[in-house]
Amino acid sequence: MRKRSTELRLSRAGLAAIHVALAAFVFFMWWLLTTTKVLPPFFFGEPLKVVRVVIEWFVTGKIWPHLAITLWETLLAFVIGSLIGLAVGLWLALSPLASAIAEPYITAMNAMPRVILAPIFAVWFGLGVLSKVALGVTLVFFIVFFNVFQGVKEVSPVVLANARMLGASRGQLLRHIYLPSATSWVFSSLHTSVGMAFVGAVVGEYLGSAKGIGYLILQAEGTFDINTVFAGIVVLTICALILDTLVTKIEARLLVWRPRAAETESL
Amino acid sequence: MTAAGATAALAFDAVTCTFAARGGGERYTAVRDTTLAIAPGEFVSVVGPTGCGKSTLLNLAAGLLDASSGTVMVDGAPLDGLNRRAGYMFQADALMPWRSALANVAAGLEFAGAKRAEAAPRAREWLARVGLAGFEDRYPHQLSGGMRKRVALAQMLILDPEILLMDEPFSALDIQTRQLMENELLELWSANRKSVLFITHDLEEAISLSDRVVVLAAGPGTHPIGEFAIDLPRPRDVAEIRLTPRFVELHEAIWQVLRGEVLKGYAQAKH
Repeated sequence: MRKRSTELRLSRAGLAAIHVALAAFVFFMWWLLTTTKVLPPFFFGEPLKVVRVVIEWFVTGKIWPHLAITLWETLLAFVIGSLIGLAVGLWLALSPLASAIAEPYITAMNAMPRVILAPIFAVWFGLGVLSKVALGVTLVFFIVFFNVFQGVKEVSPVVLANARMLGASRGQLLRHIYLPSATSWVFSSLHTSVGMAFVGAVVGEYLGSAKGIGYLILQAEGTFDINTVFAGIVVLTICALILDTLVTKIEARLLVWRPRAAETESL
Repeated sequence: MTAAGATAALAFDAVTCTFAARGGGERYTAVRDTTLAIAPGEFVSVVGPTGCGKSTLLNLAAGLLDASSGTVMVDGAPLDGLNRRAGYMFQADALMPWRSALANVAAGLEFAGAKRAEAAPRAREWLARVGLAGFEDRYPHQLSGGMRKRVALAQMLILDPEILLMDEPFSALDIQTRQLMENELLELWSANRKSVLFITHDLEEAISLSDRVVVLAAGPGTHPIGEFAIDLPRPRDVAEIRLTPRFVELHEAIWQVLRGEVLKGYAQAKH
């Protein structure tokens, strides 16, 4: 009981301090184990050199074109995948016949490890941006699709009947009832789908490209430059964190109408 | 007493509603051979035991359900599809959670083709009329149960329907809020008399609001088994009128009929 209450009393600043301290500790242990050669630096890299690579990337500006291309691929994959997922999800959810026909194919395609499509996309779309976007789209599509499908199925029948009684036409039901209900589900899956778009971009680059963070990692791996590989991973992780924070901000903004667990408001 | 037919605002003519059971089990007849007419401007309450098919009756009147046999007449014409002359107030929360109170009230006008800018002032006016001025920007989850009902009331009344269909609209409210809402409903209704079909399981509510109370039999196959004209003077205060001798008399008389059905319904629910 007492322990619990002290845990709860931890301030935000205190928590941040612990987070930083933990990261510093891990970093220190990494450094300690590799400088004392307990872990061979050839395989595990050296943290100080990793940091030097990251700093050099940003100081010389070498990283920007690569970062830009990776983020551009992520954005395209996310937007295109979401739009297709939204459209197909709405269509299948509102048409029982279409969904009955498509169901086994959707299940099969979802079960398939889609990363394996990357070489095919490389053949189809070349080594440029398009093949990475295509891979990202296949990953994002299913997340959005299933959420939209579920969102439409779970529209409250009372809300629907009420809108009909208020005179909504079929098109208006789609726009004012199904779409908002479905988008709320899409937004709740935003974290996963943005992450997946990012994965699609980086994995695509890693499997064959001429630019991007994935490409940098691939190059470094080719020359056994493990420090640069780690530097690439660090940059990717920071990017992912920033994207996730952005998504949280956007979500909070767009879903103001949704009740949160313990929201109190003074009247 | 109006005959089911030409002059009634809303009439059921020998209406039966049977549901085909899922998985090919037994059919369930919710409403059997019901004839009932509501005159223009008349406030009719329907009482009956829980689960007897009251809501089915209302959904038939709204055109949300089709009758298996018999016809629903609106202003003398058989109903085909949704009842465009009726407003429906649901028992459960039916507001769009992603729209603010104002946007919810304006929804019907927008569906009818009004621009957002044209609809907003009228919606604001209606919100004020149900006592919610200043709450325009709140989302449904930020409103109390009673406030949500007021929004739903305004949402229905802004379209100025000729017939109001109300399905236990206040049953989820506490007794004080409920009486306030009932008085407000009566005030709004007497200012602009609509035909009302009001479903409730609360006999006191039915008597204090209505011109006529219809008692339904316990389900399955519910149908009217009694009709009582309520000759209490208007305007009424729903809290005070319950104390008058005539109210008690009426309550007694209707309860005699209703009690047997309630017991039947209760016995069925236990199985």
